[in-house]
Amino acid sequence: MALTTPAAVGPRAAERSVADQLTRGGADWAGIVFQWLLIASLGFSVLVLATLIIDVVGTAAPVFSDRFVDFMTGTLRTRASEAGLYQGLVGSFWICAFVVILAFPLGIGAAIYLEEYAADTRATRFVNVNIRNLAGVPSIVYGILGFTIFTKALRSLTSAGTANGRTVVSAGLTLAILVLPIVIITASEAIRAVPSSLREAGYGVGATRWEVIRSHVLPYAAPGIITGLILSIARALGEAAPLILVGATTGRLASDPSLLDLEQLRERFTALPIIVTEWTKNPQEGFDEIAAAAIVVMLVIVIILNTVAILLRNRYERKRS
Amino acid sequence: MPADVNLTEPETVDDSVNVTPSVEPVTPATRPTEVVFDVADLSVYYGTFRAVRDVTVQINRHEITAFIGPSGCGKTTVLRCFNRMNDLIDIARVEGKVTYHGVDLYDREVNPVEVRRRIGMVFQKPNPFPKSIYENVAYGPKVAGVKGNMDDIVERALRGAGLWDEVKSRLKASGMGLSGGQQQRLCIARAIATDPEVLLMDEPCSALDPIATARIEDLMQEIKDQYTIVIVTHNMQQAARVSDRTAFFTTEVNPESDTRTGLLIEVDTTDTIFSNPSDERTENYVTGRFG
Repeated sequence: MALTTPAAVGPRAAERSVADQLTRGGADWAGIVFQWLLIASLGFSVLVLATLIIDVVGTAAPVFSDRFVDFMTGTLRTRASEAGLYQGLVGSFWICAFVVILAFPLGIGAAIYLEEYAADTRATRFVNVNIRNLAGVPSIVYGILGFTIFTKALRSLTSAGTANGRTVVSAGLTLAILVLPIVIITASEAIRAVPSSLREAGYGVGATRWEVIRSHVLPYAAPGIITGLILSIARALGEAAPLILVGATTGRLASDPSLLDLEQLRERFTALPIIVTEWTKNPQEGFDEIAAAAIVVMLVIVIILNTVAILLRNRYERKRS
Repeated sequence: MPADVNLTEPETVDDSVNVTPSVEPVTPATRPTEVVFDVADLSVYYGTFRAVRDVTVQINRHEITAFIGPSGCGKTTVLRCFNRMNDLIDIARVEGKVTYHGVDLYDREVNPVEVRRRIGMVFQKPNPFPKSIYENVAYGPKVAGVKGNMDDIVERALRGAGLWDEVKSRLKASGMGLSGGQQQRLCIARAIATDPEVLLMDEPCSALDPIATARIEDLMQEIKDQYTIVIVTHNMQQAARVSDRTAFFTTEVNPESDTRTGLLIEVDTTDTIFSNPSDERTENYVTGRFG
């Protein structure tokens, strides 16, 4: 309502009338309640997360204090007190390597094509929608794909009798395919967020499409692309379901190769999430603790990856200004 | 095709072309008018929508031609046909002829990258690259493969844009750190660094304050002997102040689809357009009765 200052009343009365109008209508209760609801939902999420972390870290503490090095370098054993993560670390490392080598270039390349080259036709939109759908496909489905395609196709290349295609190569290929849509989507979004004025500036001085993409679009989109890449690695690192289908082993491994020994690509493998699953299921004494310890290791790796993502993003964002 | 124009050859820098436009010290009085752009019956479509129609205009060398008219009348659309910038819009389509020194710009043989090296552009909002001042200016010559001392090229372009004294001590600083007016002059420096013959300016002062605007207008007067300038402006006073010739555009409602198509009403010397236009619509616009 507009303020009314009746001219008929004297100056004092007019002042009081304005004061009345400006001070009426008490506190905004709906707004206050809404704000507290928001705080409550944030608090609940933080509480759940904190409980989980405290519980896991508390359970895992004895393992780290008693035998940290032994645990990190030990192999799969039937006794919890002797078991270690090493083979899982190696397996997860190779899976990440496949994701980096395959999914990153393919995903970024596909995103650049879709955003910068492809005309906006019905076919392009169809492809775009389907990539979005693929990102939502349950990971177990990718496991089936990996099992039917990669393990079978690679059977002849792997060590006969024992591995039968169930190698870290199959696992890495499967997870690379699994994160590919995520890489494409995040990279596409980062590229789409590049202001068109920047492209026009590049074309305006006579740069070719490739020069505009290389010198202006990609550097500007880099923070977003890198964030997507690291998140997709974190995703690949945590997936267990597809690995079970492509045949990650949960028992003992025949060999105990070093990290970069290429011969292991033909042998059976395991990975961190598989170890966590297996140890959590194991009812024998001591497995609860080492399962918790394995979870803590995975969490730390993911936190490190996210930190790297944030640092890289900040670095590239500074370059924009 | 005149010998000094060669748009079809990609990736080569032909010295004769880069040099010819700016030599010949002919005084303005004796200089014969030479047509740079000859536009005939130009229409531009976005999909099936005709954005602008019936544009026939000639742009003369070493003159400043202003495009004026109300919003949505297609001034910018036409301007962006002069350096094939509309190519960047998938659904844009051009009908009619745009010839540059007799060469049809929309000929299949013409390489739009070569066109843009010769016909520079300054945009409505200052859009420096998020790189250093030096890199902003050096980028055009670099992608054009220009040989020679890049420091000299950068200095000459920045001097040409009247920015050198303000930035010479901080060439390594980001172009984004400059004020709006400085950024726009940096964009002008970037555009003239490739030694173009033509400068297309799309409302270059609309995001600037009056003092920065005055600097850009003065600059246009200083450089018009070296370049041919086409400027789109919303500001009639600006057109009256800076331009030699003025083209007036307006819009017409299409009765069946309720859309608006722009069209060129008339083009003449700026004095005539503002004092004695031949079309009533022009007169109504320049006297402030609509638009």
